Amino acid sequence: MERTQPARAGAGETHGEPATGRRAAKRRGGPPGEPRKLAYLYILPALLVFVLFIGWPLFRSATFSLYEWDGLGSSTWVGLSNYSAVFSDPALRGAFIHALVLIVFYAVVPVSLGLMLAATMMRAGRMRGLGVFRVLIFLPQVVPMVVVAIAWRQIYEPTGPLNSVLRAVGLDGLARPWLGDYTWALPAVGLVGTWVGTGLCFVLFLAGMAKIPRELYEAARLDGARARQEFFSITLPAVRGELAVALTLTIIAALKTFDLVYVMTSGGPGRQTAVPSFEVYRHAFLIGEVGTATALALVLTAIVFVVTVLVNRIGAERGQR
Amino acid sequence: MRRTRTWARLAAAATAVAVLAACAPGDDNNGDDGGDGTEPTAEDVATDPAEMGDIVLTVWDQEVRGGQSEQIEELNAAFEEAYPNITIDRVSRSTDDLRTTLRLALSGDDAPDVVQANNGRAEMGQYVASSMLAPLDAYAEEYGWFDRFPESVRALAMYSDDGAVYGEGNLYGLPQMGEIVGLFYNKTKLDELGVDPPATTEDLIAAFDAALDAGEVPMQFGNSEPWAGIHQYGFVQNQFVDAETISDLGFGRPGSSWTSEDNVAAAEAIIDWVDTGYFVEGFSGIDYDSAWQSFAQGEGVFFTGGTWLVADLADAMGDEVGFLLTPAGASGQNLVTGGISIPWSIPARSQNQDAAAAYIDFITSADAMATITETGNLPVVDAEQQDVDGLQAEVFDAWAQAGAENLLVPYLDYATETFYDTITAAIQDLLAEQRSPQEFLEHLESEYTAQVDG
Repeated sequence: MERTQPARAGAGETHGEPATGRRAAKRRGGPPGEPRKLAYLYILPALLVFVLFIGWPLFRSATFSLYEWDGLGSSTWVGLSNYSAVFSDPALRGAFIHALVLIVFYAVVPVSLGLMLAATMMRAGRMRGLGVFRVLIFLPQVVPMVVVAIAWRQIYEPTGPLNSVLRAVGLDGLARPWLGDYTWALPAVGLVGTWVGTGLCFVLFLAGMAKIPRELYEAARLDGARARQEFFSITLPAVRGELAVALTLTIIAALKTFDLVYVMTSGGPGRQTAVPSFEVYRHAFLIGEVGTATALALVLTAIVFVVTVLVNRIGAERGQR
Repeated sequence: MRRTRTWARLAAAATAVAVLAACAPGDDNNGDDGGDGTEPTAEDVATDPAEMGDIVLTVWDQEVRGGQSEQIEELNAAFEEAYPNITIDRVSRSTDDLRTTLRLALSGDDAPDVVQANNGRAEMGQYVASSMLAPLDAYAEEYGWFDRFPESVRALAMYSDDGAVYGEGNLYGLPQMGEIVGLFYNKTKLDELGVDPPATTEDLIAAFDAALDAGEVPMQFGNSEPWAGIHQYGFVQNQFVDAETISDLGFGRPGSSWTSEDNVAAAEAIIDWVDTGYFVEGFSGIDYDSAWQSFAQGEGVFFTGGTWLVADLADAMGDEVGFLLTPAGASGQNLVTGGISIPWSIPARSQNQDAAAAYIDFITSADAMATITETGNLPVVDAEQQDVDGLQAEVFDAWAQAGAENLLVPYLDYATETFYDTITAAIQDLLAEQRSPQEFLEHLESEYTAQVDG
């Protein structure tokens, strides 16, 4: 409490003539440097932007989620029943289960693949055409998602390239309308996520591995370590930070997938590829249940937040050891 | 200190909850709800656009496909030329994009002056219920729309004040074009098969079988965008169920049932068609545009499609393509799904309602109908006065027959506010045999009865 007084004085006079005496007096009570409360002034512009474009919409969404509202007329207060609907409605629960499946395709597989590819390329050292491979693997990241979705929709068509290839090699039994198949539609969408996500993971890990001192590998080899041991004892621990980043980005991407589903399947066939973000859109704009839509959106936000915190905590803890 | 903070947080949380409870969404509209006393009467409305002063008229449309875009561009230019004091600010979006943005636009302070609002309950019905659209009856009287547009056309854009009753009450929009979902067929292929254009369900099945035997695809179809299923299912249903039942179900009126015997027969028939291979293989993974383009390239003898494809198919296939009403089934009538293209309405919050009405009158006038025909479309009225040939002539004849014999039945998704969503997914389930015909119909019945009773 005693610090308040001088700090306020300091804050008021930043543009005036700062008396050396005062500064000295101020320092007596706290850590060196500018008065603490002045810091708020520096973050004020960012804070304003944040409040205006994130805080306020979030607050309004929270308001909407407590009402039954069709987006047009007057609304009815329903308390938390929209939230209970999010967890009890089988269609919405299904959407979350689909999101979990997508996490495998969007996060688990690309991270594993990215690690493998990067480790192989690091070992290969001066491989011919390394740059070309790097570009090719990263390329999907650069292409807009809608373009990716349309391209893959054509690949998956009943008479599209994928089925043609399958038939050409005699696997006629496997050919099917991938995006219209009740079992295969979701994996088919997920696989596109894998294709896109791998490039990002790969580049992240490649950067991480480049920092590992070569001497470590040399030492390991002298001690008789095999490739597997090298990977698990040196490479993997060294890229834990990158691992956390890759997992965070890809898991968030999986949880909030919308573009791929919207363009490729519209949630179909039936509701087989419905994911939370698509359900938010469907409820808000197609069937006029804005309350349920916002409740769902907020639950999704909370889940993304929790997952991010968890993944980062794991990354940080391991990194410190 | 610590305790103060806790209290401060509690207080903040309490305030947040109080604020959350206080500002209910949608409340700001309550002031001008109802509007019973303010509806214009025929004497109040101005009908001479030239005397309305300088106006920028904001028009939101979804006329983005070839011939449709052409006609509206021509008409807009003609309107601006006739009334130089009025400038048209055209905002055109795809049907889906228009639907998603319209909700916000109508309830905003800066509402457009003319919009295309789909006439089903999910859109126009909801907008009317929330007093977002202006009733057009005063203008209709002044401009003579009641005489110009037959009851059957007007009813498709009429609602009671509260939006609860569809098909009667006030007029909320006027369409430019007629729309029917009929049967396109490949003339060359049908000749090769030695089959006449089918007039009954039996003929159609015989043609399907002949096509299968000849190694052709009987019916082209693409259902990966779920709405195509509504048209395909309606096409089959029209051959098994009577007009009154379909109309009740489509308009969400009491008195009929989705689980009636003939509805069961229709659902079982379409499954039979799937099993026999009458539809193109893998239709669940084909999107609508690929489907009709494949048909245009000669893959498939038949294609169930709407009149919005006439210009494109005529361009691609020339004299090779023909158009038929749905073959007659149990009812003995060629019932055909259809109605009107998306009607033009005036938002209640528009500042230029008189000019908006004049614009709507202009783009639905006799001259406009001629322009609509020239650009390859099907005008909702005056079709018999137009000079057309080829595919367009066949479509005009079918439309005239549907009108004269009262064969039109509504789109199935008009029924309730969420029926589009329900039936599209349900048809995909049915066709993939994830739901039995019985389960499929019971699923639809439960939503239909909930709407009709509620």
